[in-house]
Formats: sequence, C-alpha cells, structure tokens
Amino acid sequence: MIKALAHKLIWAALTLVVASVLVFFALEIVPGDPAEVMLGINATDEAIAALRKQLGIDLPPLQRYFAWVGGLLTGDLGTSYTYSVPVLELVTERVVVSLPLALMALFLSTAIAIPVGLIAAGKRGTMADTGIMAVTQIGIAIPNFWFALLLVYVLALWLQWVPAGGFPGWEKGWWPGLNALLLPAIALALPQAAILSRVTRSALLETLGEDYIRTARAKGLSRRATLSRHALRNALIPVVTIIGLQFAYLLAGTIIIENVFYLPGLGRLLFQAINLRDLILVESVVMLLVATIIAVNFLVDLTYVWIDPRLRSTNKAGNTATNRAGNTSGTEAQTDGAS
Amino acid sequence: MTAQASTPHQPLRSRSHTFWLQARSNRSFMTGIAITASVVAMALISFAWTPYDVLELDIASKLQSPSLSHWFGTDHFGRDILSMIMVGARNSIAVALVAVVIGIGVGVPLGCWAASRGGLMGEALMRGNDLIFAFPALLSAVIITAIFGPGAINAIIAIGIFNIPVFARLARGATLSLLTREFVLAARVAGKGSVRIIAEHILPNMANLLVVQGTIAFALGILQEAGLAYVGLGTQPPFPSWGKMLNEAQTMMSFAPHMAIVPGLAIVVTVLGLNLLGDGLRDILDPRLSKARE
Amino acid sequence: MLRVDHLSLTIGDKPILNDVSFAVAPGEILGIVGESGSGKSMTALSIMQLLPEGSRTAGSLTFGDHAILDADDTLMQDLRGDDMAMIFQEPMTALNPIHTIGAQVSEGMRLHQGLGRDAAEAQAVSLLDRVGLPPAHYPLTRFPHEMSGGQRQRVMIAMACAQEPDLLIADEPTTALDVTLQKQILDLLRSLVDEQGMGLILISHDLAVVADVTDSVLVMRNGQVVDEGATIPTLKALRHPYTAALAEASSHAPDRSALIKKQAKRPTEREPLLKCENLTRDYGGSAGLFGGARSFVRAVDHVDLQIDHGESVGLVGESGCGKSTLARMVLALDKPTGGTVRFQGADLFASNGEALKALRRNIQVVFQDPYASFNPRHRVGRIVAEPLYLEPGLSAADKQKRVADALQDVGLDSDASDRYPHEFSGGQRQRIAIARALVTRPALLVADEPVSALDVSIRAQIMDLLVKLQISHSIAMLFISHDLGVVRAMCDRVLVMDGGQIVERGAVDAVFDTPKSEAAKRLVAATPNLKLSLNRTASKSSGQAA
Repeated sequence: MIKALAHKLIWAALTLVVASVLVFFALEIVPGDPAEVMLGINATDEAIAALRKQLGIDLPPLQRYFAWVGGLLTGDLGTSYTYSVPVLELVTERVVVSLPLALMALFLSTAIAIPVGLIAAGKRGTMADTGIMAVTQIGIAIPNFWFALLLVYVLALWLQWVPAGGFPGWEKGWWPGLNALLLPAIALALPQAAILSRVTRSALLETLGEDYIRTARAKGLSRRATLSRHALRNALIPVVTIIGLQFAYLLAGTIIIENVFYLPGLGRLLFQAINLRDLILVESVVMLLVATIIAVNFLVDLTYVWIDPRLRSTNKAGNTATNRAGNTSGTEAQTDGAS
Repeated sequence: MTAQASTPHQPLRSRSHTFWLQARSNRSFMTGIAITASVVAMALISFAWTPYDVLELDIASKLQSPSLSHWFGTDHFGRDILSMIMVGARNSIAVALVAVVIGIGVGVPLGCWAASRGGLMGEALMRGNDLIFAFPALLSAVIITAIFGPGAINAIIAIGIFNIPVFARLARGATLSLLTREFVLAARVAGKGSVRIIAEHILPNMANLLVVQGTIAFALGILQEAGLAYVGLGTQPPFPSWGKMLNEAQTMMSFAPHMAIVPGLAIVVTVLGLNLLGDGLRDILDPRLSKARE
Repeated sequence: MLRVDHLSLTIGDKPILNDVSFAVAPGEILGIVGESGSGKSMTALSIMQLLPEGSRTAGSLTFGDHAILDADDTLMQDLRGDDMAMIFQEPMTALNPIHTIGAQVSEGMRLHQGLGRDAAEAQAVSLLDRVGLPPAHYPLTRFPHEMSGGQRQRVMIAMACAQEPDLLIADEPTTALDVTLQKQILDLLRSLVDEQGMGLILISHDLAVVADVTDSVLVMRNGQVVDEGATIPTLKALRHPYTAALAEASSHAPDRSALIKKQAKRPTEREPLLKCENLTRDYGGSAGLFGGARSFVRAVDHVDLQIDHGESVGLVGESGCGKSTLARMVLALDKPTGGTVRFQGADLFASNGEALKALRRNIQVVFQDPYASFNPRHRVGRIVAEPLYLEPGLSAADKQKRVADALQDVGLDSDASDRYPHEFSGGQRQRIAIARALVTRPALLVADEPVSALDVSIRAQIMDLLVKLQISHSIAMLFISHDLGVVRAMCDRVLVMDGGQIVERGAVDAVFDTPKSEAAKRLVAATPNLKLSLNRTASKSSGQAA
C-alpha cells in the first residue's frame, strides 16, 4: 500500500515538473524579450540591455528555468514588470479570495449533489426522479457566469437583498467576507451540482445492478441498508473522479466569475496581467493554479485507494502476467499466485 | 479499408432502419435533434440573410427593448440582437465543432496507440493526459493569448487541447476492452496486423461511443467558448459572439436586462439541445461495449 | 417445508414460468435441471422474492407457514438470509469488492441474530473454518480480490449457512469452477445438508452433477416442469422423451469409426504435422518504472507436443495450467520464451511474410464463446471470409464461392452471409465460427473449449459436426477442454497439463481409465459421470425416494 502511494506521489511530482517546464518555456522563451516590450520600441539598446540584466533574462534559458524553479520553491516569485512589487505579495492577497471561493463552491456542489443523486436513484422512475433529472438537464446547460449575472440582476439590482459585488476584505472579520463570496459560490456550484448529481445517480444505478447487491438482498438486508452499506461506497469511485475533474473546472470558473462580482481575486489579476503583458505575473499565477489542480488530482488518487481495496495491492506484475496469458479463467491463477 | 470484395460493402440498411425506428420514439433524441437543427439552420441562414447588418451601428435606436421591428431588442450601439445571435451561432458552432474534431483527430489515435502498445509507452501517454487535465481550457487560452494576443483561434486551440485527453481516455479504454475480445484474436489468426485490426474491428465498434462523447464535448465546447469570449480571450469585436454579448451586457443589466437574457438563453437552449441529443443517442446506440450479448 | 403450487411468472409481457409445482422436505436435496431459458433460475428467484422489476407471479408458494407470494418486504427480509438462503453462480462478482470477507460473513449474523461485532466475527471465524478456510490462512481481514473463485464460493456458502437456514438454494454454484473445485464444493454442500438437516435446491444444467448429489429431480423446459421424481429411478428409466434426450446428449459420443478407419489407412508421414519442442513461455519479470518485485510466471514449461496429420489430440487441465497459453503459441499469437514450433516442417517463429501466411492458412481456430468471437458490426459473409486475407490471390468470385462452401459444410444456408451474427442462436454462431476456421481449408484446427458454452443438446450437434468435418476434410485437431467426457468422445490421444507442464500423455481410454499422474487422477476422480453415479448410488437413493 505504501508503495502504491509512493508511486502516485512520484507521478504527481513528475507531472508538476513537466507542467512547470511547459509554462516556463511557453511564457518566457517563446514570446520574446519582455525588456523590449516594457520599454517600448523607442528604447535604446543600452537601456534594454540594462533592464535585461536587472530582470535576469540575459542568462541562458536553462539557467533561468532553474533560477525560476528555485524561486518558486523558496517563495521568491520575482518582481512584477508592471506593478514593480514582488509577485508573491500580489498573488497572496488575491489567493485569499479565490481559493476560499473555489472551496466553498466545491463544498456546496458536493453537499447538494450527493443527496440529490441518492434520492433520484432511490426513487428511480418516479415523478421525483423525472423532475430532478429535468432540472439537472437544464442546470448543466447554464453557463455559470450567466447564472451569476441573473442572480445579480434578481437579488441585487431588483430585490436589493445583497450587494451587487465587491469584497470587503477579511480584515473586517470572516462573516462579511464569506457573505460576499456566498452568491458567487452559489453561481459556481449549482451548474456543477447538476452534473455531479447526475453522475451520482447513474453510478448508483449501475452499482445497484451488480451481483453483490443481489447477494446483500439475499442476506435479508432491506433496500435502504443495501443502498447505504453496499452500493454507496462502490458508487463513490466515479463520483470522486468527477469531483476531481470539477475542481479544475471550478478554479477556472472562479477566475471568470470574479469578473461578474468585481472580486479582487486571482482571475482579475490574471486578466490585468495579460492586458499589460506582464508575463512574469501571468506565469506565476498560471503555475500556481496548475500546481493546485495537480495536488487535488493527487488527493483524488488517494481517495480511490481509500475507497477501493483492490487498488492497494502492489502485486501488479502478477496481474498483468495472467491477464496477458489469456487463461480461460485467469483470475484463479492470479489469486493463487497472490496467496 | 476492406480487402474482401466478396462481401460487398452495402450500406447497413437494417441497422440504420432500426436506428430510426428507435429514434422516433425517443423523446430526448427528437427534442435534441430539433433544437440542434434549428440552431444550425439559424447559423447557416445568417450567411445569406440577417434582419439587420450586425456591423452597422445605429445609435439612434440603441438599447431598445424587444419589439416587432427588433424581436430581441437592440444593444448599446443600436445593433439588432437577433441578427447578432444568428451570426454568433456560427461562431459558437464553428469553435466547438473544430475543437471536437481536434479532440477526436488527435485523441483517438493516441488512445488506440497507447492501448495497443501497452507497457511503459501506454502509461507515459496516459500520464501526459493527466498533465493536460491540469490545464483547463481557460488556462491554455490564457497562455496562448499571452503569447499570440487574443483571437477566436486561441479558443479553438485551447478547447481542442482540453478535448484531446477526453477522447484519448475514451479510446484507450474502449480499445483495451475490445482487444481482449475473441474476434480480435480471430483477426490475428487471419494474419492481420494491428493497424488493420484497429481500422476494421476496433474503430467501428467504438464509433457509437465517439458519437455520444462527441455530442457532449460539442455542448461543453459551446459553454467554454462563451466563457472565454466573456473574459475577452476568444472572438474579438466587432464580430459578434454570445459570450462577448454577455460581457457587454453586464454593465447595462439594470436598464437593459434583455441584452443579457437573450444571449444567455441562446447558449442554454443550444447546449440543452446538444445534451438531449447526446442522451438520446446513448439510449439508442447503447454504447456499453460489454453488452454485445442480447 | 417448501411447497410450490401452480407457480406462473411473467416479466413484462413475456411468460417465463408456467404452472410449476414441487415441494422440498427438510434434509432433502432437490435438483432442478434444464437448458438455458428453461426458467430454473427464475424459479429460485421467485422463492427468494428477488425477481427483477416488472415481474408478475400467480399460483402459490408456501414456505413453512408463510405464503411467500403475499409476503411484504419486512417479512421477506426476516426470512431471507435467516430461514432461506441462496448461493449464486458467479463467485467472482457475488461478493462486495470493498468489504472484507469477515464483514460480509458477519453482516447477516449481526442483522438476524442481533450479535455484536466481536461475537459475530468470532462465529464467522468458525464458519469459515467449517467451509475449509482455516483462520490461520484466511483471516477475516481478507478482501474478495485476494481469493480465488473456489475460495470465494466457500465464503458465499459460509455466508448462506451462517443462520443455519431451513432452505438453501444453490444456483449453478459450480458452473464457473474447475471440476476439481466443483467436487469439493458439492461435497461441502452435501455434508452441510447432512449436518444441519436443511433442504437444498441445487440448480444445474449438468445431469451428472444432479445424479451424483440429489435425492429428487425436476426437469424443466421452457418454463414448465416436464419430468420429475426420485433422482435415480427417473434418470434410469428415462420415461420422458426430453429427459431421455438430455441424458443422451450429455453423454453423447459422435461416431468416429470412419475417422479411425481412415486414419489407419493413412501412410505414415515422414514428419508430424505439428511438432513443439521444449516450448516455454514466461510472463512478467519486467519491473515497473519504479522497481518492484521482479516476479514472473512460467505459464508453459518445456512442453513437447506432436500432432500427426488427421489426428485428434485432446489437451486437458485445470484453469491456469497453461493450456490456453500453449494454444496461443501454436496459433502464433504469442511468441515463446524458448523452444520451437515446427508446422508442416517449417519453423513457425522463423517464418514471416508470405511463408507465415501460408502456414497460418493451415492453422485455424474455434473459440469458446460464440458471442464474443464475432465483430458485431460485420455481416456473416465478411466474418467467414476474414481468414481469406491469408490468400491474397483469390478473386472476388472465388472468395464468395469459398464462403458459400464453408457455410454449406457447417449446415447453414448461404443467405446467412447477408445477416449479422446477433440474428443467430448460440449453436448457429458456433457453426459460423467453424465455417470461418474452415474457409482456408486448414490442416490443423485448434478448438479452444468449443462446446463449453453450449447447452448439452447443441453441444452434441456441434461435436457431431466437428467429427463429420474431420472425416470429409482430413483435418487434425488440437481439442482443448476441461470436460473429460467430451475429450474422450472427440480425441484419439490426450495430454494432461499441470503447472505449465505436460504430466501425462497417451490414448484417451488408457489415460482416463488408469490415470497415473496426480493431476490426471484428480481430474478423473472429480469428473461427474452420469452412468457411474446412477449405478453407484442406486441402492442408497431408492430407499429414500418418497
């Protein structure tokens, strides 16, 4: 089991390294010389050379890459070309808005979707099921930022229940902060919850068709006990996969939806940086987001292992051998080999 | 593709016949195909005719609510929103469709290759997929825009890249399960090589899955394109796109809500139509490979 | 104890059972036999009230003093797992993969007996010990995927017997297992019946198993009971024509005299058709990217094998013994780690291009599963023509002729060409598979369990067909099977494989009548034999029959 975890950890680390190479070379090497961009076309050669030295971009690419990675690891993300402040400072004051928003949305979406999926699967074929399915079908089709616009229009502009946007900052206490994030989180979460509840329902229905469900019923378990004790955990595997994929989506959605609510998050920083062609800032924000997604995917992998004991065994060689041997009932030999 | 001239390759009449029989009684499919066909028709008509010229500004009639002369009203430049929706449909469909084609064109061969090679190559390839999953379309679009500047092509590439691992995983899974089937062994006994086996036996049996997934990816592509256009990473003005229209509507929500409602509804209806179509196709084609036994 | 009266069942609009009546007494073993679609499993599920949705039942079903068909969910939940229990066919999927066997065995005890976790687990240990899974080797913390099929079926039995039910229903409990495991499981079930005095309903397609184990028998066909009575008299007298047909088919032996005569007349050839020497195949051994155990499996271990022109050679052994791997190498689907395969005098693995095609043309194959062996998107004509890829020179008309001939040979109309495989029954599909193998007019046919998935009556037809084709086309055959009866009926010689090696070889009668190796003895002893069981148990059962 430890070996299986180590295996996954190493792959996650490798993915991170490759991602960093991609981001670095895409944003630092390909686009050309930021010094020329920053100083404009009228700059003198000496001024450009001086700036290049100051920015550290006169060095060969590989050396710059390692310097950049070293900086990432020690928390030195460089200095923004346009804001002239350390990138780390810019990023941290934005992360505290974006990350809570994404997590809130993820929590809301899961907390809504799993019970809804359970109800729909449990009442399969009834009016309740049909109704839930129809609502989720529409939910999937709604772009979250449009949903956010409608929420703002109805709740803020028309009913005037909530402010239309903005963020008071955490220093005013956690309640005003959470309050400001609630509407954006709902806008993000509901369309995702629609997808997730459909996945939950179909995973449950699929699991309910398995032989071991019949075994449980033959033991005398009630429908409800069978659902909760035998079906739910088995059905969680596809659900967790989708939650993992959704996180990447939610993070991207966060960035878009910050525009609707005028939230000072990473998204707004990112778009300002693109418009100003502040590539070092773009690079850091993108890398931060990618690293978060990879970390979440790693957590999802760990969850699989927790859910499914079959993934804990490390006897992979034996498995593949018997699979390829194509025995009429290879599993017999496989398990005998393992015992 | 086929070397057997002895078995003439007739159109699968009985198959397509049963397909339509089932399709007609499938409500999801019929609703989905009706909506999708209308949206596509609208986009096609826009090439020949729109109620008004979408590039012509008419400040005098700006911000009008829906009326008989402007069914969906006008925007802050006085442009006719219905015309913009029609032309925007072209853009949404084109971006999402090309992105699906990229996803299938690159992903399916990769997935088949990874499955038939197996071993380290296969694993490396699937890990490459994980890598791409770490770059949602938005981040790819951010990077591409940062390098090349904004444009509709960026959206296509970003969404296309996002689609590749989706189809690669699907194709790999389907290939792995089909490769163990005895008809593949029979083809090998008949001396056929792996490329020929993939062409004759694997791809045709995966076609149903690809059609269903393609429809879903198409719908998702339209949502993603709208998101990218909304934040300014996609289609650039003055060419209209649904996402861009929503962006412009945002500041005018309080006095011209129709500017936000109409393009949003266009997206919802189109995506809903495609999703219904995908669900219907899934029911009709039953793409579960294991269900070959009646 | 259980009384079924005029039970009828429809699912949707489809009639499944029609007027089924029988009774089971405590301590009695009732066998229900029938071919697929006879309704035997649905009868069992009716008793447990675990029928699929859309089922409608009529008649009456009395268990103890409960009217089962009118029982509500609460009553059924009390009865199920406590007073009546069931074992299913497929041990690989019948256990929940994410719970330990301890949790699964003790679950019923906690539910029905209200035991705490510790008490239930203590009892689970002794139960598992009772079914042959001693706690020292099989702790409660094991997961199902860490056990073999036979072991999992034992866990199922432990689960079913935990509350000492009055009635146990076993639906084809050994069909997915090897004969040696089958014998162990059947012995276990019988001893549990003796000990606990429960009634057992054993559902099987295998008359020999039923004859060996049961007291009374019910023969079902198309949802109806066609014959019933005490087992031995019923199966001896064979009063009902369907029972007689089943009995004939299940011990069917095609007439091979013409084949043997023809073989005797054949001049001895200089070289055997197929000659394998020192054939070895290892799997695994390549470690993962990050190291790991370099364990490997030697699936085939220095095998010598020889098949003459026109000869039929059987290959038997338990699953995992390496027989399929050996077949794959003979078919050149898999490269050996060591040793050689010579076919028609040429080295199979040194050949390529046209030479290899010429060899492949002469080695064709029939697989076990008539459902999985065709591409569902191709018409039968294209499927049968596929091996003609090995004869590139053929014109379209020639190909069409060859396909029509092959279909005719196997007894199918030539208009089958234009249809899809799913339009055919299992037996017809196996005929199509044989036509595909014959279309290149091979010298050697590798038949990998070709009749194992078929009902007995169809199995007999396919066996006859294979022998007929061997006579008319002079084909040698490598016949792989786990069923000794079929091998004895189809082959001249037999090879017994165990642990990747051939441990015994010789004429079929000699090997099966006087087995010398441990593996062969084990197989012969475990194989149920209808005639033998009828004679052996005649005295015992005639007294019991009520």
